[in-house]
Amino acid sequence: MRMPDPDQDVLARRLDIIAALRKIVPVEGVIAEEEELRVYECDGLTAYRQLPMIVVLPETTEQVSRVLAYCHEQGIKIVPRGAGTSLSGGALPLEDGITLGLGKFNRILDIDYGNRCVTAQPGVTNLALTQAVSADGFYYAPDPSSQIACSIGGNVAENSGGVHCLKYGLTANNLLGIEMVLMDGEVVRIGGKHLDAGGYDLMGVVTGSEGLLGVITEVTVRILRSPATARALLIGFPSSESAGDCVAAIIAAGIIPGGMEMMDRPAIHAAEAFVNAGYPMDAEALLIVELDGPQVEVDELIGRVEKIAREHRAESVRISTNEIERENFWAGRKAAFPAVGRISPDYYCMDGTIPRHRLSEVLNRMTELSDHYGLRVANVFHAGDGNLHPLILYNANNPGELEKAEAFGADILKLCVEVGGVLTGEHGVGVEKRDLMGEMFTENDLNQQQRVKCAFDPTQRLNPGKVFPTLHRCAELGRVHIQGGQTRFPDLPRF
Amino acid sequence: MIETFNPDSADEAGAIVSDALAAETPLEIVGGGSLRGIGRPLETGYALSTAGLSGVSLYEPEELVLRAGPGTPMSQIKMQLDQQGQMLAFEPPDLGVLMGGDSEQGTLGGIVAGNLAGPRRVKSGAARDHFLGVEAVSGRGELFKSGGRVVKNVTGYDLCKLLAGSWGTLGVMTEITVKVLPAPEKTRTVLIECADAAKAVAAMTQALSSPHDVSAAGWVPQAVASRSSVSYVSSTQKALVAIRAEGIGSSVEARCEALRDELAAFGNIEELHSHNSSRFWEEMRDVRLLDPVEGDGCIWRISMPPASAPELLGGLHDALDMEAFLDWGGGLIWAHVCGMADGGSYVIRRALGTGQGHATMIRGSLEQRLIHPVFQPEPAPIEKLTRNLKEAFDPHGILNPNRMYDGI
Ligand SMILES: Cc1cc2nc3c(=O)[nH]c(=O)nc-3n(C[C@H](O)[C@H](O)[C@H](O)COP(=O)(O)OP(=O)(O)OC[C@H]3O[C@@H](n4cnc5c(N)ncnc54)[C@H](O)[C@@H]3O)c2cc1C
Repeated sequence: MRMPDPDQDVLARRLDIIAALRKIVPVEGVIAEEEELRVYECDGLTAYRQLPMIVVLPETTEQVSRVLAYCHEQGIKIVPRGAGTSLSGGALPLEDGITLGLGKFNRILDIDYGNRCVTAQPGVTNLALTQAVSADGFYYAPDPSSQIACSIGGNVAENSGGVHCLKYGLTANNLLGIEMVLMDGEVVRIGGKHLDAGGYDLMGVVTGSEGLLGVITEVTVRILRSPATARALLIGFPSSESAGDCVAAIIAAGIIPGGMEMMDRPAIHAAEAFVNAGYPMDAEALLIVELDGPQVEVDELIGRVEKIAREHRAESVRISTNEIERENFWAGRKAAFPAVGRISPDYYCMDGTIPRHRLSEVLNRMTELSDHYGLRVANVFHAGDGNLHPLILYNANNPGELEKAEAFGADILKLCVEVGGVLTGEHGVGVEKRDLMGEMFTENDLNQQQRVKCAFDPTQRLNPGKVFPTLHRCAELGRVHIQGGQTRFPDLPRF
Repeated sequence: MIETFNPDSADEAGAIVSDALAAETPLEIVGGGSLRGIGRPLETGYALSTAGLSGVSLYEPEELVLRAGPGTPMSQIKMQLDQQGQMLAFEPPDLGVLMGGDSEQGTLGGIVAGNLAGPRRVKSGAARDHFLGVEAVSGRGELFKSGGRVVKNVTGYDLCKLLAGSWGTLGVMTEITVKVLPAPEKTRTVLIECADAAKAVAAMTQALSSPHDVSAAGWVPQAVASRSSVSYVSSTQKALVAIRAEGIGSSVEARCEALRDELAAFGNIEELHSHNSSRFWEEMRDVRLLDPVEGDGCIWRISMPPASAPELLGGLHDALDMEAFLDWGGGLIWAHVCGMADGGSYVIRRALGTGQGHATMIRGSLEQRLIHPVFQPEPAPIEKLTRNLKEAFDPHGILNPNRMYDGI
């Protein structure tokens, strides 16, 4: 993966830069020893590694602002980092860049039940937000599987989703306000505790911008009252077609489950071997459907879903009758990644989204690709919203196998785009899918996105090398190309 | 006389904007025209109408997705969704009559460009939250797209969010893809007599904080309630808190009962069933219960933290000749201000403060909209970002120039 050429001039000034940073943040907040820098050399996409030039761990917004203003003035690149769980290399360091970690921003600042929201620093974990309000019967809805580790700032930067996002939305739909520091050190507050924007929806475009527009230093999210109850069905199917048809029929019947997850045979087997959840081993596809809400509603909908499942060739249906059973149904799905990790030395997790009705076609083509590359693949799938997570199994110690896995992964993502889907449903573009962006977007599309980048960070020092396959200078992108004739507007000019 | 162009394809729309750019001639972008009165007055000699960019090109109910041209009438979209028992969950309002025109003139493009949302906003989000994909022409005359047709997508920047609520100042949308959802089988509304705004907000907060899955919560003072066409509402002669439950029948019944128990301490309780409940919330959604606007009367939409609503409302009542009601659990004030040359702009903006929400003059006279800010003024660093973004999309100010702010 080609990253922007390191700036030799910046590298030569490394010691001066360290000294300058130590004047802004406490001495122990500037990390320069190779051994300690190692900790930051990659994020959740471990195939890519790079030692950062320096790591800085500020403790206040003011320090972030001063660090950025200094770097802006000195022409130094910045890579923001939350918990480092990104699966697309969004927090991959740069050789000549400073990784700015938000780990010390770990406090919840305000719990406001009157306005049903929580304000927290960006380093607070996703799960900690829910834990802070759960005793009072509330929760924060988006729940990425990495929720014990990932930070809320990272969630905003990636617009993360989770099992519940079909019904309750992604991060973007649950975010009320942010404080953010721009590359030149300017601190801006966007949104607050109210709904929607009075002018342009800046928060909307910052959400999911992968650390390229600003460093988020405070987050306000809306919290919801926990549903009165939740029950799940565990349904085994003889084919992925029938499972896919069942999903479509549930939604066509007007039911939006709290969660609806699918696993294919290899994933079922890996999970069952790992946690003994009692999954049907003869099924080709397994569906977990969770209904949450008021008791009467859940009870009635469970019945309706069961009926639909049986009409769609379900071979086994189990319905949870208590919390232990429900959690047991989920145990295998939740452990799917580590379970696959047990049956293969390495795995590579993909994240495309497809229109659901193309599922069986995509799975068939994936099987062909699996034969072609000689690598196995297990599928877990957010079935309700068409978000696929194929896990490609490989062994990095076999020469060439990582490259093969990556080529296989790229083919899967191209296939997703080909059938009308997208490259990434929730993990982000980062460095991983950067060079595939042209599969989905034209040059015009990408240029327009980059102009948004320029509106926030005209010198492009924030997280360069991520998301965009080619970097254009902002001045070049800003130029207007006049092509039209003037025939329609005869009487000139009117500005 | 304004000359209007009617492109019937994205390419043609692109060519018109390119020509306008070459001729340095700004364009007004119009859909059905029902929201034309929102924003600072435009002074363009030419308009681009989206009427020819009309029609639903893709609707897959099981995939929860619909794609249509921006000029597609909302009434047509609603009809197609009704047939499949689905809806746009953000409850798009029809502000035609409020704006002094007719109902049923609105288009999908207008709803999205204004990021409008009705009472279900508290539960399900606004247009922005359901806006999956777009194709548009920028003020550079270039066609670009963002997003897609799937509900889960984080590929590249979400330009849909920027276009939603940009009132046609960043791009001419030529195709819009939205998420659709199943419509509820049943709707009911619990009405609680409650004259005091602070108590009303407390009741709404309690309802929205309950596990009873409330889909709308509003408060109408007596004078406002009395204009409802639903006799159960108008005949009470009381100010009312209204709490809506939607979903499958058995659940709605059980939840309304639970809500009645939970809220009994706030006042006398009534219930509206199916048709009456729907009709009442349509009146709320379309802002039909305020006195009709005359003279220098102004209509305001103020979004703020719900807990701040009682104090803000009290302050505004003290300073202004005003009638108002609350929606979004208290997070939204709709207000009709009379007898102020500035429409109440100064008082409202000062009371709201900076960063605590936003007020938009939805309806005001030409002069009021010309002289006084229609949209919430932005603090300097945000204003700078706004200008940079306008520059990024429409550097020569071809699209709806000055509609939102001077130069934007
Ligand atoms: C086992 C596992 C399961 C996962 N499951 C899910 C899942 O179900 N759903 C899902 O959506 N994701 C999932 N992820 C991906 C990942 O957890 C999310 O993308 C998460 O939001 C990243 O948060 P982080 O704090 O680790 O961010 P990091 O990895 O540190 O950073 C991610 C990106 O955000 C930027 N960034 C971080 N903090 C800030 C900030 N404060 N300001 C500006 N930019 C910032 C970084 O520059 C980088 O580009 C999973 C990851 C793992 C390892």
